[in-house]
Amino acid sequence: MMTGQLEDNKLVLATLGVSIIFGGLTALDNVNFEMERDSITTLIGPNGAGKTTFFNCLTGIYKPTSGTINYYPTPEKLTSLIGLAPDRITTIGLARTFQNIRLFNNLTVLENILIACHSRMKAGLLGALFRDSKTRAEEKAMADYSYSLLEQYGLAKSANHLAKNLPYGDQRRLEIVRALATRPVILLLDEPAAGLNNQETKDLDAFIRLIRDKEKLSVLLIEHDMSLVMSVSEKVYVMEYGRVIASGPPEEIQKDPKVIKAYLGEE
Amino acid sequence: MSINHSKETHYPAKESFLSSFFRSLTEEIKAALVATLWFCFLTLPLVCFRINANTQKIDYLWERLPKVAIIAFVATLIWRFLRKRLSFSHVKDTLDEVSGPPPDEARGPGGSWVTYLMAAKHKKLYAILALAFLVTIPFWVSPYVVMILITALIYICLGLGLNIVVGVSGLLNLGYVAFYAIGAYTYALLNHSFGLSFWICLPLGALTATTLGLLLGLPILRLSGDYLAIVTLGFGEIIRLVLTNANFTNGPSGIGGIAPPGLFGINLNATVKPFLVNLHLMHKDMDLNKVLIFFIMLLMVILTIICVFRLENSRLGRAWLALREDEVACQAMGINRTKAKLTAFAIGSTWAGLAGVVFASQITFINPSNFTFMQSVMILSIVVLGGMGSIPGVIVGAIVLTLLPEYLRGFANYRMLLFGLLMVLMMVFRPGGLIQSTRQVYIHKPLENKEP
Ligand SMILES: Nc1ncnc2c1ncn2[C@@H]1O[C@H](COP(=O)(O)OP(=O)(O)OP(=O)(O)O)[C@@H](O)[C@H]1O
Ligand SMILES: [Mg+2]
Repeated sequence: MMTGQLEDNKLVLATLGVSIIFGGLTALDNVNFEMERDSITTLIGPNGAGKTTFFNCLTGIYKPTSGTINYYPTPEKLTSLIGLAPDRITTIGLARTFQNIRLFNNLTVLENILIACHSRMKAGLLGALFRDSKTRAEEKAMADYSYSLLEQYGLAKSANHLAKNLPYGDQRRLEIVRALATRPVILLLDEPAAGLNNQETKDLDAFIRLIRDKEKLSVLLIEHDMSLVMSVSEKVYVMEYGRVIASGPPEEIQKDPKVIKAYLGEE
Repeated sequence: MSINHSKETHYPAKESFLSSFFRSLTEEIKAALVATLWFCFLTLPLVCFRINANTQKIDYLWERLPKVAIIAFVATLIWRFLRKRLSFSHVKDTLDEVSGPPPDEARGPGGSWVTYLMAAKHKKLYAILALAFLVTIPFWVSPYVVMILITALIYICLGLGLNIVVGVSGLLNLGYVAFYAIGAYTYALLNHSFGLSFWICLPLGALTATTLGLLLGLPILRLSGDYLAIVTLGFGEIIRLVLTNANFTNGPSGIGGIAPPGLFGINLNATVKPFLVNLHLMHKDMDLNKVLIFFIMLLMVILTIICVFRLENSRLGRAWLALREDEVACQAMGINRTKAKLTAFAIGSTWAGLAGVVFASQITFINPSNFTFMQSVMILSIVVLGGMGSIPGVIVGAIVLTLLPEYLRGFANYRMLLFGLLMVLMMVFRPGGLIQSTRQVYIHKPLENKEP
């Protein structure tokens, strides 16, 4: 199931034997993972299973002890993500959100988005100081783009509010929109429903699908909320103690005895 | 709120301005009272104490206090009234423009744009008036006041430069004075050994400081927070020790006879001054070279303000802000952390270098004791007291902290104590600084008449 990445160009991301060891703790143990282009894939597992650590390996925050991570920005092109810096990985198309929201709290909502446009802008020091027509045009174009993005995803009214003053649900949403502003190929969401109420979780479900269809991207989701996982995902990976213990479509996963055992403990 | 507090305050949309102002009158009065108290406290030494030059004792002039208090109170009320009025019209505009979301289909490609404006109207006019006033100062004050003002302007420059590093980028730098020293010594040495003029050394001093900033930046990139503070502190001390012990800097005795900046080779004191003094346009003991430095510093401060403001609202400045807010998220936005840190360090140092050159030309004699750790603390205090990341805050902080010691000379023994007390009070009552930093407001204007 995991070795066929080269002949199969439907894939957008494939890892092979990814392991990471912190001191004595094996946080990821030989993780093989594949993700199809334009799909919604979910990663589930008990607390401490290594899901966030896996995200951190994909996005360059941690460097895996061993293993390969292959990323296909386009079906023809292959890039290895091992050893790339986090900002480089964002630039080539992987954007993420964080389990505990990491917005730029003391900046406005619009500025949060503008910062995400960083790698698509060109102005350097001289451009900033002299504000030539090119720089001004670029600033305006990006501000305009950012505003329209906020408008599309229902945050335009708070464009000039400080990010920290947004209601919790909007903060989660802003973090996702901010990730979108980097124009990703793969969007990685770490527990986006954490702390949301039932209605907000339902909205999020629709929101994730909307994003996938509108922005034409692949979504990888870490989630604990099973109703959301079952309804939104096309493929589910289950992790426990740093290992992938099962993968497949949600209906199968639901019935898998190994998964039930991992979640409910020994009989 | 000009661009200020529009995010926190909500005005009832339809209420008229006057009724809204009077509804909150008690609050306004309370705020004005607090401001008055602060003002009286801060200016106490200036207003009520005077050193009697003959007896070497302090005269207390308490009867002046009520007058000052009343003036401050009324002025504050008027100021708040005007400010609120400005912002009231502005907030209404913004609400009209931002809150009516145009339907998606109605916006063609490029059918809307976001214009960013500083909100206050007549802003330029006020700035020009203030500038005109500042320009007249040397013509009616004493040489002593000009000296103090130059110092204040130099500290504004230093504060704004350090603000880039500490306030905007969140990199605690306790060795900022080293770059200031580098600027000053660059000019002193080049002038002393090669006779290079001020105008050539100004960019050279800046360049040297920038280069050093880059060099220091490289090894400490991995550090942040306390560790960064310690290393920069050490760096500042190293530079001071080198200046003290090296031969080419003439050790602890320093370098004297540094030339003042020239103006096309004119001897200002010989040619222009008698003319001005005869017209009663200038104090008879005034050194016109100092006046020239005053104008140079004024120009430099204005340019600095423009530069810092532009930087803050540019791609680069936003990268610095992101770095300050959250390093991990900053990288996740595609920002190269290394580059952001290095540029912040180097560009912050540039201003210290510039200020250093002017400083050397002002006092014409420098030695390592001008550049001690206390100086770094002072500049850092300016940024913290004024308001981290806030340009007007840093300016006010620099003025308060450079003028205060002048007025506290009478109590030289208690000076540091009062200074510390002031800082503690600030941290308790206004932890965000005197003038808290605010973010630029972007106003969205739907495009009218886009049909051909
Ligand atoms: N930098 C690190 N150093 C040491 N141990 C770490 C580090 N990062 C993660 N770990 C450990 O790795 C294990 C997996 O953590 P991780 O955060 O990936 O779990 P998770 O699946 O995201 O759990 P949760 O559902 O609680 O978010 C944990 O035992 C954690 O303590
Ligand atoms: Mg996690």
